Amino acid sequence: MPLKGPQAEPAVDHGRNIIELERVSFSYGARTVLENADLAVHRGDYLGIVGGNGAGKTTLIKIVLGLLKPTSGLVRLFGRDIASFKDWSRIGYVPQKATNFDANFPATVLETVLMGRYGRRGLFRFPTREDKEMARLALEQVDLWPQRGRLIGDLSGGQQQRVFIARALSGGPDVLILDEPTVGVERGVAGDFYALLKRLNEELRLTVVLVTHDMDRMAHQAMHVACVDKTIFYHCSVDEYFRKTHAEAHPHEHPAAAPGAAGGGGF
Amino acid sequence: MLDLFRYGFALRGLEAGVAVALVAPLIGTFLVLRRYSLIADTLANVSLAGITLGLLLKVNPILAALATTAVASLGIEKLRLSKRVYGESSLALFCSGSLAVATILLSVGRGFNANLFNYLFGSILTVTRQDVNTILLLAAGVAGALALFYKELVFITFDEDSARVAGLPVKALNMLLIVLAAFTITLSIPIIGVLLIAALVVIPVVAALQLRRGFTATILWAEAISLFSVVAGMLASFYLNLSSGGTIVLVMLAVFLVLMPFGSSSGDLPPA
Repeated sequence: MPLKGPQAEPAVDHGRNIIELERVSFSYGARTVLENADLAVHRGDYLGIVGGNGAGKTTLIKIVLGLLKPTSGLVRLFGRDIASFKDWSRIGYVPQKATNFDANFPATVLETVLMGRYGRRGLFRFPTREDKEMARLALEQVDLWPQRGRLIGDLSGGQQQRVFIARALSGGPDVLILDEPTVGVERGVAGDFYALLKRLNEELRLTVVLVTHDMDRMAHQAMHVACVDKTIFYHCSVDEYFRKTHAEAHPHEHPAAAPGAAGGGGF
Repeated sequence: MLDLFRYGFALRGLEAGVAVALVAPLIGTFLVLRRYSLIADTLANVSLAGITLGLLLKVNPILAALATTAVASLGIEKLRLSKRVYGESSLALFCSGSLAVATILLSVGRGFNANLFNYLFGSILTVTRQDVNTILLLAAGVAGALALFYKELVFITFDEDSARVAGLPVKALNMLLIVLAAFTITLSIPIIGVLLIAALVVIPVVAALQLRRGFTATILWAEAISLFSVVAGMLASFYLNLSSGGTIVLVMLAVFLVLMPFGSSSGDLPPA
């Protein structure tokens, strides 16, 4: 069942890779964007992918989603080579809001969330009562069921992004992949947003992969960090990440000062 | 009112007009929201080339236009996908190219100019029973195909990347949409004419969008506006002896202007 309850299993199942990249490279013509990137995302993980502008974060995500084909290297989703992977309903995608969304589009909140059921439903089928029920559950998860009749363009940036999460949830995915979800969202709301992702990760045991430049805020929630700059050069826990970046920024200080800043309870 | 029903041609025209009025906004909603309104004009020009070809070869001009637009629509989409030209440049190439073909064919086959006038501007006087049957069949086909793929088309219209990630065959759906657009354009020709077809596809949708409703509600409003405009326009053109195509389009524009103020300014269109 898609919207699962809390389970007693360990938080991260290291035996099961949901996403695996092996020596993945990508170039646009002569320009190399990614080179020999390795990455493994385990079941139950909450991974933040960070990196500067043009570092290849979005390219990495597009490769994982099958929107771009790597120039070389291997991509496996749920243990299958991406070329033969068909089970796309297991992947919930939340696009970058600012670039992918026309605020004038005539769709209600409920209509938008129902779209998340369409890939799973298959061609030639009309939405069923089950689809509507899943859409309701997903909207309740993000506290927007009362807003279901409103136009998506009339909501605030933070609410819109929660609608997109609900759309991804309604398909009953095992992993949520989010591309810069807080771009264009009011600053005060971004924190709540990360808390929501944390709750989904813990309560529904959803694996969460998040591309962001907003490391400081995200760090309080994520378990692991992959730092991208053409290749992936850190892939470690949030504590380690802060120790390393802090040590690089302040080489004269004692590196042990950093972990407190990450503040991450529970892992 | 009774006068109208004494004339078989007027009834035939009305029958075809209602079918066209119901189908055009269905396809128009997807085209307008994908910023592809101009494809309606392009396909209209292509259909003109098809009509002149049909007149020259003495085959049914509507069927000739149907074949030409279907082939051209696939060409337009292929060219757009090749990324060798911008999407709108692809439209411009076909727009002027097909008009060039049409004028050449016209100069070759002198003598059918009078006939052509009806196709340019539309006329319920010249609609034959066979035309009406063709229109009804096509309209049912387009509406049926849209109903089957409705939810997929809504998804790719809203967010193509997410639709692709969800596993939808986006490329095939885009092709389907554009071929259905070609069929819709062609079947509207006898009633509204090549030069004004785009209006029938675009204006009711743009007018309905002013009301700021959900997707399904917007389509239903566009249908209502279209149906009203076509029936009112045809009646007016019959009694006032005006061109049916022009009258219909002016009624649509009037409806758009009436609805305009209700659009809230908070939903301003983003800069192109």
